[in-house]
Amino acid sequence: MQNLTLLDGPKFQITIQRLCHQLIENHDLFTNSVIIGIQPRGIFLAKRIIDELEKKLPKAKIKGGNLDITFFRDDFRRKDNLVPSPTQINFFIEGKKVILVDDVLWTGRTIRAAMDALLAFGRPAKVELLTLVDRRYSRHLPIEADYIGIKVDTIDSQKVVVSWKETDKEDKVILLSEK
Amino acid sequence: MAERAQTLSTKHLLGIKDLTAKDIELIFETADTFKDVLNRPIKKVPSLRDVTIANVFFENSTRTRLSFELAQKRLSADTINFAASSSSVSKGETLIDTVNNILSMKVDMIVMRHPYAGAGIFLSKHVSAQIVNAGDGAHEHPTQALLDAFSIREKYGEVRGKKIAIIGDVLHSRVALSNILCLKKLGAEVMVCGPSTLIPKFIRTLDVRVEHDLIRALNWCDVANMLRIQLERQDIKYFPSLREYSMMYGLNKQILNSLEKEIVVMHPGPINRGVEITSDVADSKQSIILDQVENGVAIRMAVLYLLASQRN
Repeated sequence: MQNLTLLDGPKFQITIQRLCHQLIENHDLFTNSVIIGIQPRGIFLAKRIIDELEKKLPKAKIKGGNLDITFFRDDFRRKDNLVPSPTQINFFIEGKKVILVDDVLWTGRTIRAAMDALLAFGRPAKVELLTLVDRRYSRHLPIEADYIGIKVDTIDSQKVVVSWKETDKEDKVILLSEK
Repeated sequence: MAERAQTLSTKHLLGIKDLTAKDIELIFETADTFKDVLNRPIKKVPSLRDVTIANVFFENSTRTRLSFELAQKRLSADTINFAASSSSVSKGETLIDTVNNILSMKVDMIVMRHPYAGAGIFLSKHVSAQIVNAGDGAHEHPTQALLDAFSIREKYGEVRGKKIAIIGDVLHSRVALSNILCLKKLGAEVMVCGPSTLIPKFIRTLDVRVEHDLIRALNWCDVANMLRIQLERQDIKYFPSLREYSMMYGLNKQILNSLEKEIVVMHPGPINRGVEITSDVADSKQSIILDQVENGVAIRMAVLYLLASQRN
């Protein structure tokens, strides 16, 4: 396995800051907007974004939640991602603008499942997608992100891993390649 | 993160006997999420939309059959129902023939209740579908034991170290055997209590306490699981009269209030009110009988989901 660091240090923080500013441009004080992280890895990015937004907007109360998509996946029985993580959405999303957050956008299948899972909680006015890493040219479905940290060109055998200060000691995006 | 089992160690659910403690934990963790799903405005997930399940009941049932059917529908599975009383079984068709006929209509899973012990095990050796035992004679009723233990876990946070007394007609009860096996695997202490005619001799091999005095059993336990007197299975007299049984082994409010500590009361249903348990106890705050029924759907969803994931 070969490791290539795509993003770390100050540049990582600048990217997070830029995503926050882009969100503020479109959502003002987040009065009618909510941020939902996709389990299991999107919740760290969602948490970080919410923390940073609250520093910038002391008056805003930003609603955040976590969404598990295990039961909505289209690869049930083809992969071993069986065991669900908790879903925590303690508010109504009916009529709200929902910002879905995941760390890596790859085939788009996770986002398809997430949109399906989201509808169990009501009919949002709008759904947007924020991702830290966009693995472009590898989509299986017509899905694109509204807010993108970095775009990378990858091949299928490679893996993009995002690690977080809170759980993995360091904020970093790494590209893993075989051999 | 601690290493979690990702899949069950068995292909069928024939009895608690075949499950490991890890399997049971996996079922509980999955059921936690399904319980959450059941409290949403839309109580349905699409996981099993390509799975067809037949509910084959050779014996009467209200809770178990409805609970399984609801669990299947919440998972988006297709279901068919079969009751032996209104079928060709009364014309002399054998069990294997009946099931193979159902399977040739492209059914993937069979949920079966049968009056004979071991019917599910027998069937699993002769047909290709996955079998879920919904009660076989006086042998096992695994989903009931899982939902009972799940309800205890919900009430106390964990099952390990808790003291559970199973009281009543242990001899004819499949709930008793499955409960004993399940609770022991999870690290609980188990006692059975009842008249000596209704306590089978083999029970001592299961490492459980045996008690014939109701009050002593109740003072020992944290949870009392009251079993129904199964008159339909009693071909000879095991006690002089129902009245005498309920005087000796019936749980009433007066006894409950006289205990040294507050205990939780469970019952697998159907209740014979006034026999093993009085109405004021069954409907009291200490009773979690209806929580058990609620948890039954989540547990059955978890079992069906985890089993279905093993196909191909």
